[in-house]
Amino acid sequence: MSWSALFTDRRWRWIAWSAVALLLLALPFIIEALLGRSWVRIIAVALLFVMLALGLNIVVGFAGLLDLGYIAFFAVGAYSYALLASPQFAVHWPFLVLLPLGAAIAAVFGVLLGAPTLRLRGDYLAIVTLGFGEIIRVFLNNLNRPVNITNGPQGITLIDPLQMGGFSLAHTHTFAGLTFAPVHNYYFVFLVCAVLSIVLSLRLENSRIGRAWIAIRDDELAASSMGINTRNLKLLAFAMGATFGGVAGGLFASFQGFISPESFHLIDSIMVLCMVVLGGMGNVAGVVLGAVLLTALPEALRYIGPLQQRWLGGVIVDPADLRMLLFGLALVLMMLLRPEGLWPARRRRVAPVHTGNADVG
Amino acid sequence: MLEVTQLEVAYGGIRAVKGIDLRVGAGEVVALIGANGAGKTTTLKALAGLLRPKGGRVTYKGADVTGKPAYHLVRHGLALVPEGRGMFQRLTVAENLAMGAYIRNDAAVVAADTERVCALFPRLAERRRQLAGTLSGGEQQMLAIARAMMARPQMLLLDEPSMGLAPLMVQKIFETVRMIAAEGVTMLLVEQNAKLALETSSRGYVMESGCIVLADDAKTLLSNPQVRHAYLGE
Repeated sequence: MSWSALFTDRRWRWIAWSAVALLLLALPFIIEALLGRSWVRIIAVALLFVMLALGLNIVVGFAGLLDLGYIAFFAVGAYSYALLASPQFAVHWPFLVLLPLGAAIAAVFGVLLGAPTLRLRGDYLAIVTLGFGEIIRVFLNNLNRPVNITNGPQGITLIDPLQMGGFSLAHTHTFAGLTFAPVHNYYFVFLVCAVLSIVLSLRLENSRIGRAWIAIRDDELAASSMGINTRNLKLLAFAMGATFGGVAGGLFASFQGFISPESFHLIDSIMVLCMVVLGGMGNVAGVVLGAVLLTALPEALRYIGPLQQRWLGGVIVDPADLRMLLFGLALVLMMLLRPEGLWPARRRRVAPVHTGNADVG
Repeated sequence: MLEVTQLEVAYGGIRAVKGIDLRVGAGEVVALIGANGAGKTTTLKALAGLLRPKGGRVTYKGADVTGKPAYHLVRHGLALVPEGRGMFQRLTVAENLAMGAYIRNDAAVVAADTERVCALFPRLAERRRQLAGTLSGGEQQMLAIARAMMARPQMLLLDEPSMGLAPLMVQKIFETVRMIAAEGVTMLLVEQNAKLALETSSRGYVMESGCIVLADDAKTLLSNPQVRHAYLGE
């Protein structure tokens, strides 16, 4: 029996999925024992990126709209949370209000970006979305004068952690003999959110809406002649993608306790796009894999610096440069070896339609 | 069923359709023939709601539908089979058919209709699970027509169903077109293959650089020396 059959076979799948669930629950403790607490933090961040990549996958992978400014929605979510749960305005709203609110605000921004760009495709859309991402960041950087809203480049500090009643994720708890440091607590919250995102993405993919997105991507004209309202569906893709980003942003702000415009650069948008493309555009499992790998890889490459010292007897290339160099090399190699992504979508690219040739049929 | 008066369509500043009049009665099959670039496809796109006309009036089933979007018209039974088939390549044959019924939500009837079009096109039934992009040209054209039928249209706009197909396949496609017409579906048929189109229709319009230059019974057009010379290669 193959590995994948283990997850689909009726007798085995409960056992297989339970094993995966157990592994995910135990993972932070295993990782901590093996690699130290900093890696628990990395896998928690990886889960945030899973949410982000899945959100972008709706826009890019499902609807085929190339978005290079996706991190802006992450920023919008993060700032909506931070501004309403920090000493900045001395308001401290509960996260149960703020996370949905952040998602809604991000969705509005998604529509704001989508509406004027409906007629654009491909390269042109990419340029406009890139500009949008930068506009948001520049605004966040400069909205400290004349009225201080975002606190400019200094960012916002002392953001409230996720808390309810007296229970705060920022405290260390002991439960059943296990110590739950804040990073463990957040890992579990992020895990729940990431799993929800995965389930939502899978449901979307095989829904009427998901198929309509694929139809629009394959042939927009034919899609509209089927009675699909292409305008609304494209806007819906932007809004839904932005929602994922907005929630992830709010979680990020509460996790870090500090945010500044520095966290929302173009390179971050590109990084999320890399996760989607490299994992396998349009395939939920592939995108999750891409997000986890691309979060972990740059961190893992930090270990190369000391190795250089040991093997070559000195520092030849600056460790920081070497790390990004190897990261770039890894990206190039992966795309060369697996051009459709590590785990391509079932609906792989098919040969173009031959409209000009005679065909005996 | 469909009345077009002084329809004008332009791409930017270039007028592709320069004020044409056209009428298709209920249950009628009407051909719109003409050379490449005459404005046939543009006319059809405007009628299907994919292009906004610059001027003129389109009346469908007695209501003014000028400039109404495609998703509105499809809901009222006006469906287009686009030029070049417009396959959703990454969807399977079955999913393409389901997209054809996108506007409908009576699952049981849609299932029955799927069976019906599959009976009409047994070839598609065999390939239900195959991705549409892997079908041959003729099969794709069949799928395009079958998909449009899934919306239960009262009127079909067919854009060049014979394009790029071998003669045998063209015969087959036209047989199906006649079968659908016999069921009472009104049709406006745009074709370069003037002979086949006119043989299938009761009336015909000849289009030349954005204008309608001839309108008559299909039989009369077929024997018109001008038409024979320009479009039938005689």
